[in-house]
Amino acid sequence: MQYQSQSVAKLYFVAAIGLFVGQILFGLILGLQYVIGDFLFPAIPFNVARMVHTNLLIVWLLFGFMGAAYYLVPEEAERELFSPGLAKLLFWVFLIAGALTVLGYLLVPYSSLADLTGNDLLPTMGREFLEQPTITKLGIVVVALGFLFNIGMTILSGRKTVVNLVLLIGLVGLAVLFLFSFYNPDNLVNDKYYWWWVVHLWVEGVWELILGSILAFVLIKTTGVDREVIEKWLYVIIAMTLITGIVGTGHHYYWIGTPEYWQWWGSVFSAMEPIPFFMMTVFAFNMVNRRRRNHPNQAAVLWALGTAVMAFLGAGVWGFLHTLAPVNYYTHGSQITAAHGHMAFYGAYVMVVLTIISYAMPMMRGRQAANSNRSQVLEMWSFWLMTVSIVFITLFLTGAGILQVYLQRFSENPMPFMMVQEKISLFYWLREIAGLVFLVGLVLYVASFFVGSKDPEVAVEQAASPTA
Amino acid sequence: MRQLNPLERQGEALRYPPGDLAVWIFILAELSVFAIFFAAYAFTRMQHVALFDQYQATLDRTSALYNTLALITASYFVVRAVAAIRENRAAQSRNWLWAGVGMGLLFLVIKGAEYAHHFAEGVRLSTNTFYMFYLSLTFFHFMHVILGIIVLAVLAVRTGQGHYDAASHTDIESGASYWHMVDLVWLILFPLVYVMH
Repeated sequence: MQYQSQSVAKLYFVAAIGLFVGQILFGLILGLQYVIGDFLFPAIPFNVARMVHTNLLIVWLLFGFMGAAYYLVPEEAERELFSPGLAKLLFWVFLIAGALTVLGYLLVPYSSLADLTGNDLLPTMGREFLEQPTITKLGIVVVALGFLFNIGMTILSGRKTVVNLVLLIGLVGLAVLFLFSFYNPDNLVNDKYYWWWVVHLWVEGVWELILGSILAFVLIKTTGVDREVIEKWLYVIIAMTLITGIVGTGHHYYWIGTPEYWQWWGSVFSAMEPIPFFMMTVFAFNMVNRRRRNHPNQAAVLWALGTAVMAFLGAGVWGFLHTLAPVNYYTHGSQITAAHGHMAFYGAYVMVVLTIISYAMPMMRGRQAANSNRSQVLEMWSFWLMTVSIVFITLFLTGAGILQVYLQRFSENPMPFMMVQEKISLFYWLREIAGLVFLVGLVLYVASFFVGSKDPEVAVEQAASPTA
Repeated sequence: MRQLNPLERQGEALRYPPGDLAVWIFILAELSVFAIFFAAYAFTRMQHVALFDQYQATLDRTSALYNTLALITASYFVVRAVAAIRENRAAQSRNWLWAGVGMGLLFLVIKGAEYAHHFAEGVRLSTNTFYMFYLSLTFFHFMHVILGIIVLAVLAVRTGQGHYDAASHTDIESGASYWHMVDLVWLILFPLVYVMH
């Protein structure tokens, strides 16, 4: 760690991991509710568990992104963070607002929460993923503005690098697009139309810039490959991301009442969305093969490569699976979507946050560059357990989805929704088992922070000769 | 022995592909998007031949022909720019690049006039399937011409500032390759959308 102020990232990373655990626990509750419908009812109904599961995911990823920015921006800009105090203050504001919101979901009925928080003054609640009370949304905007100010001032008065620039564009885009969560037109078509400007343009637009820049930063640090080479890749990857991803929003506009040309635009452009992810995979492996040194933190390198592969599979391949309009006509809103959602979020965003945590955390906890061997081995175990179980979750949900689409929408005599749910319950059970394995992986991951902390660090090997 | 042109003279020392590998991957990706769009056009046309023929007749082929010439000329200028920098003639290279930018701008003006004409007649994306494809394909290409012009202009400025010479000009080769891609796409788009029926 080169600058003292980078250490504010630690708070954010710890909170991110804590909320990650919460997200997984609610995921397990939710997964069980698919097969045991009244599990924990009425304390935690299905809709509440789902809301908490998805909202916690988004919030902890935001914590992760902010932590990543606080860590890498000063190092790239070659100066201390503009205001570490502001970063700490905003951390607590965000954490408390997030905690209160989740408690609100859990403790009072959703409609009471709406009344309590004055939703009628500026109604924004009640929409998937944007369920947060208006007041929480305002809080998010305040935190985002303060955060961008802090990061922006650091970048503006420091060394300007492509990594910082791309990250900043991504973060500004994230904040600006979030403003559409306040736009809640009465017309349901318009409502959905702009809702996707937050949801889609986040995950298939600006978040990919954040992902790309974090990955590029870690690869620069761990491989020692020339910055110029990595920056060039970053440029073409984000260009392709934006070309395909922005118009690719159209794959959500097939059946919501928007003009027909979206079926063409959405199909053609989103069919190309795997390309930037594929480029990212080629890029990551290329850089690691051309490495000029073997970085002692092999766990971080593993996470980085894992991100590139799993993002391509989850976001790219599983997205392509149901993105063409004629296919999506049958598959939209089925378990195919859930399969894609799980692997894409894990592969792209969960893994990139865990990558930067894996890279940065040892140094913020006083290590030279990496954790002890025991700690890294445990972390790698957690990598494989979580990654393999997400693959199985995805496969089981895909199986469930194919069967669901066939029985409910494709066969000669389509069956009603709930009957189909019973028919596919075996897949839900298997998914739940895979989810439990994921939890084991997560527990090992958390444990890896506490294991072998007295052991010596893995030696810094300054081997100048690349193996490839 | 006949005089070798600059491209041939350095032929042996040239790396293939010229320019940056990452840019080539980008170009291939872009070509794939267009290829899918062209295929979609062709297959849809097969199902609506009469409709496509009827509305294709409303397109301005003369303008499109001028535009084809503009892009080919721009590509020629860009070739000259690469040849010049390989001989260390930076000032000439810069001028050729600006000439390429000029031809690109000419394309935008002509195409803009075409759009103005169609929009004035009330043509929209939802008017019919042919116009949907016509507007989508040409506008997507139009955006690429703009990007290509920006690339050439940046290269021209940087060449003028002395950033490149015979030994180091990968950026110019990369930009030139990108521009040729923009040209190539139009050379498919023009006959496919304007002429063939």
